[in-house]
Amino acid sequence: MSAAAIVRGRAWVGDTALFAPVDLELGTTGWTCLLGPSGVGKSTILRLIAGLETGARFEGRVETNRPVALMAQDPGLIGWLDVTGNVTLGARLRGENPDPARAETLIKAVGLADRAHHLPSNLSGGQRQRVALARTLFEDRPLVLLDEPFSALDARTRAQMQDLSAHLLDGRTVLLVTHDPAEAARLGDRIVLLREDGLTEWSVPTRRPDAAARPYDAPEVLALQADLMRGMMA
Amino acid sequence: MRTVLALIVTVLALWQGVIWLAGMPPFLLPSPISVAEALWINRAEITRHAGYTLAEVALGFVLGSALGAALAVAMGFSAKLTAVLRPILTFSQTIPVFALAPILTLWLGFGMAPKIAVTVLIVFFPVCSAFLDGLARTPQAALDLAQVMGASRGRIMRHLRIPAALPYLATGLRLAAVYAPIGAVIGEWVGGARGLGALMIHANGRMKTDLVFAALLVLSVMTVVFARLVAIAVARLWRRYAV
Repeated sequence: MSAAAIVRGRAWVGDTALFAPVDLELGTTGWTCLLGPSGVGKSTILRLIAGLETGARFEGRVETNRPVALMAQDPGLIGWLDVTGNVTLGARLRGENPDPARAETLIKAVGLADRAHHLPSNLSGGQRQRVALARTLFEDRPLVLLDEPFSALDARTRAQMQDLSAHLLDGRTVLLVTHDPAEAARLGDRIVLLREDGLTEWSVPTRRPDAAARPYDAPEVLALQADLMRGMMA
Repeated sequence: MRTVLALIVTVLALWQGVIWLAGMPPFLLPSPISVAEALWINRAEITRHAGYTLAEVALGFVLGSALGAALAVAMGFSAKLTAVLRPILTFSQTIPVFALAPILTLWLGFGMAPKIAVTVLIVFFPVCSAFLDGLARTPQAALDLAQVMGASRGRIMRHLRIPAALPYLATGLRLAAVYAPIGAVIGEWVGGARGLGALMIHANGRMKTDLVFAALLVLSVMTVVFARLVAIAVARLWRRYAV
């Protein structure tokens, strides 16, 4: 299988179809943005790839050939563990000895070196997502699933997190689920629109700079954002 | 503190006032002063009995809490076990301990064992029930992460579900600490010659109402202090989890 993940099939909630038959193949590199309005089943597709409970009935085929890491809108931080403890959570949950040096490097990379021993309750929303990003990087998985990780942040913090994530997740296969056309326009190497009638592959005219997000104010990015918005409204 | 003192003085004044106005005989309602006298005169005997009761309460509380917590974890692991045990647990609470105490005395004798058993029966339910509720309330985001991270059920229980449920366990323990002395006293009423419950029954039979009141007073103070100590211990233990 040359794809990192395949989701092919359809999903129901009760007797209502959640989405029309979809056929999504994730390439082995770069960022794929799955863009769509709320409630259309974007997260369901991501959770199918992650092997998580979806609350929907899925008929079809889901394949992944590599381990995944997950980062969601709720950073899922553990309240009684400090930043370092949260970053190394995966190792502890697998019964491995966490590597403190690597944790320290990653915490520094997300800009929280001076807060390594703070509890999540003492962090801002943006800082919490930085911890979640460091934790995701600590997992060191080739396929990273991002489930609207920045949608609860303010515009400036969101843009900063987009830059940081594009930089730090470089070299991995990323599936970003988002309802924000601006976010898809900045980060997507490939953009797939999910609507009630199924998936639509959207053409992405400009290449994303290496290990970075596209500038939020570049005319071509704003044009793509507008184009995607029209697609979502259609 | 000043309001509490004022309240106590008011209650005592009302109590004494009723006795003066209604002319109640001391074997029906002893005056506060005679209760204080009974407390002082019988201090050695009351202390001895209180010591027994306290030992039963402490042992019953520890055993009952351990049993309740262990049962909650076992049920937290298995939905099937929960489905089987939950109705049984609820059913066990429909049988009044007053009715069980004589049977337990018949089985376990007149020593401490039946009193501890009654205390365990009273303590384990609130602890188990509160802890089980907590174990079912781990945030979904954390559980999703743990699953994707490849955690086993045992480690999820140990590292996520149990720590997240500790505030609920604390609530159960604080509640159980208030009820625990009731269990011991019920056990003592039914059989045996030791403990504040036995002392009360004995004094009541001889119309020594002032001694009954004195024993009751000591029992109340003991319960308040015990519950307070448990609350402090629990708060201290959990503080490091910042919950």
